[in-house]
Amino acid sequence: MRTLNTTALSSTAMIYLALAGVLAVGGAAVALDGGNLFATANLVDMLTRTSLTGFLAIGMTLVILCRSLDLSVGYTAALSSLVAATTMDGQAANIPLAIGAVLLVAGLIGAANGAIIAFLKVNPFIATLGTGLIIKGYLDTEYKGPAGDVPAAFQQFGYTRIAFVPVSALVMLAVAGAAIWYLRSTRTGHHMYAVGGDIDVARMSGIRTTRVLLTAHVLCGMAAGVAGLLLAARFGTGSAEAYTNLYELDAIAAVVLGGTLLLGGKGGVAGTVAGVAILAVLDTVFNVMQIDPFAKDVLRGVVIIAAVALYARRQLDRTARRPRFAISEGRA
Amino acid sequence: MTATAALTMRGIDKAFHGIPVLSSVDLTVEQGEVHALVGENGAGKSTLMKILAGVHTADAGTIELGGRAVSFTHPVQAQNAGIATVFQEFNLLPELSVAENVHLGREPRRGGRIDRRAMADRTAQVLADLGVEDLAPTAKVGSLSVAHQQITEIAKALSQGADLICMDEPTAALADAEVALLYRLVERLRERGVSVLYVSHRLREIFDLCDRITILKDGRLVDSVDTADITPDELVTKMVGRRIEAQFPERLPGTETGDVRLRITAGGNDYVDGIDLDVHAGEIVGLAGLQGSGRTEIAEAVFGITPFTRGSIAVDGRPVRITRPRKAIASGIALVTEDRKAQGLALHQSVRANARMVLDANRSVHSRQRLARIRGILSSLDLVSRGDDQEVQFLSGGNQQKVVVAKWLAAEPGVIVLDEPTRGIDVGAKHKLYSVIRSLAADGLAVLLIASELIEVIGLADRIVVLHDGRIAGELPSGATEQDVMAYATGRRTA
Repeated sequence: MRTLNTTALSSTAMIYLALAGVLAVGGAAVALDGGNLFATANLVDMLTRTSLTGFLAIGMTLVILCRSLDLSVGYTAALSSLVAATTMDGQAANIPLAIGAVLLVAGLIGAANGAIIAFLKVNPFIATLGTGLIIKGYLDTEYKGPAGDVPAAFQQFGYTRIAFVPVSALVMLAVAGAAIWYLRSTRTGHHMYAVGGDIDVARMSGIRTTRVLLTAHVLCGMAAGVAGLLLAARFGTGSAEAYTNLYELDAIAAVVLGGTLLLGGKGGVAGTVAGVAILAVLDTVFNVMQIDPFAKDVLRGVVIIAAVALYARRQLDRTARRPRFAISEGRA
Repeated sequence: MTATAALTMRGIDKAFHGIPVLSSVDLTVEQGEVHALVGENGAGKSTLMKILAGVHTADAGTIELGGRAVSFTHPVQAQNAGIATVFQEFNLLPELSVAENVHLGREPRRGGRIDRRAMADRTAQVLADLGVEDLAPTAKVGSLSVAHQQITEIAKALSQGADLICMDEPTAALADAEVALLYRLVERLRERGVSVLYVSHRLREIFDLCDRITILKDGRLVDSVDTADITPDELVTKMVGRRIEAQFPERLPGTETGDVRLRITAGGNDYVDGIDLDVHAGEIVGLAGLQGSGRTEIAEAVFGITPFTRGSIAVDGRPVRITRPRKAIASGIALVTEDRKAQGLALHQSVRANARMVLDANRSVHSRQRLARIRGILSSLDLVSRGDDQEVQFLSGGNQQKVVVAKWLAAEPGVIVLDEPTRGIDVGAKHKLYSVIRSLAADGLAVLLIASELIEVIGLADRIVVLHDGRIAGELPSGATEQDVMAYATGRRTA
């Protein structure tokens, strides 16, 4: 039964189905509790939650597709919020400069990650853990508290809504759309699947694998930079403390929930967006139902593990030989 | 004719860490010629091919393509010069489609975007040129048969505009029926004026397909001859430098067929059904059948990897329930798996560690004396290594297989299942393995031998059980012809 149902659908369709399921179950649970998950305030809460993790997870999808990883994105985002807030320094006129500075700094961090992984052949886990620690050290010594000042004009990015949809969520979806297009329609994007699928095959096919890997990391860094801009807009100031939220783990969880293989070569941003949404729905449901924080984390952990275990099963089903005598056995 | 040769290599030298692997090797391949490159493992074929593919760079010597001197430092340069190589391990991405694989790294673009329609159309065109009709450009490569994956590789080579395609043991993973398809492809390539450098151990293919043969031994050129001017026996003599009298050793004197050691009664699972099979002590039973007919599935069921869900198994008359490999081992069953590198060996570990792995893992069969015997087993198999500390990944295929066999012999099994034991192994080592198989039978083991090469099953087995679509189609005595076996294997005849 299970095999029949799952193989008929594409992976992405499955994940959106799972999102619908989470919404339905969550909605029912909240309703039983006497609330309404789909009240405007809750919808706003859900969508607001998607944007920050969304930016990080989109970038993370690119590096994971290349069979790499970036554990430094949380620190990059925190640093970016400081770069943004201190560059703006309360002046609306400085906004373009600040955005440019953030993208440059975040992009350079991504480039450093990519270079360490591609040229020094350091395992991505260790490489980005290292760069993350370096940024953390810098933040801890240079910034004892919030710094910089974000002008009201830019704070709009954090708070403006069109109906119940926050602008930041729309920007995130636009970035997701661009990433989907990028992976599908550009050579470098398409080659990320090849590099993650089998780097030797990619190299033997004439793909400049180091360039692809570098590009993925630069884009991932820049996505973390955008997340930092959003942090700055929300807080009205730059915050070094932001890294304590371990955003990178949420991002990785969303990517994996979205059906991208941690071993690379398979998956995509469309699934990641659904993964982000699933996490956001869960958080909102837990919030509305006022579940205590400990149980909340336990439930999140269980959901993530269960989802990935399910994908692993599916993977096995697909690669297994086609049974020849299974039906007769079922009838016997 | 004064046409320029497609490829001329002269005086190629190559050494690794100071050890010469190729010395002054010459090779000429004419345009539209199918040229066999033969030699035992370690003769330097792979190295020569990798130099052509741009994976290695020669220390000395010249390479000319169509009369133009070239030198490669990267595989892509070789590809751009018109040389494509189909390695044994395919360079394909299973998650991508046939068309995406064929155009990998050279995706057609329109207005800066990848043009997927053009990609599919061009792939369909190449496949049509090859006379392949049953392969969709949009099919995911991971879901294809080995034969179709190979076709994808060849299509990739052609779409790169290759004038010379090197094939490394192209039939190693193919069933006999699929080999016919490869023959047709090679003919097509020849008609189109594409030259083929064909590296193979299988003499029949070489004589069926190739116009000329270049023989290497110990890194030196032995000879380049027209196929018409040499007999298979002479070729083998040139390859190994000694004459192998008969291709298959005779049954050893003193081999006695005894009691039933392995009995499968009405065995079946998702993949095979109604399997009734007895293997006696001292007997070699061959399991033949086309790719996917259920040969490996029977081996895996007997060894508890994908157990039978119906029927029963008895070892030495005692019924056993084999649900896991560990139980199979405890019952005295050994399995030499089809995929040596993935399933048979821990490649980064030493000869010693690999050889004692079964004993170390199964205390019930563990004993000091048995461990002590391992060195003796390895020498009795004529293992060639730089010592028992050498990592097995650096051994030749034949020697790797000897380590696998030694690992199982150490456990003193009563039943040994050999799944494709000679895949990718050179002629001399194959012959040694044949003798080993004979001596296993002489020692009273029940041997179940699976091989895609029919000639092996016919040459070694005392009885041949032929599978078709997961069931036993028929049984043949030793000395059956390939036609007999194929009649059952293809379902033309049923028992």
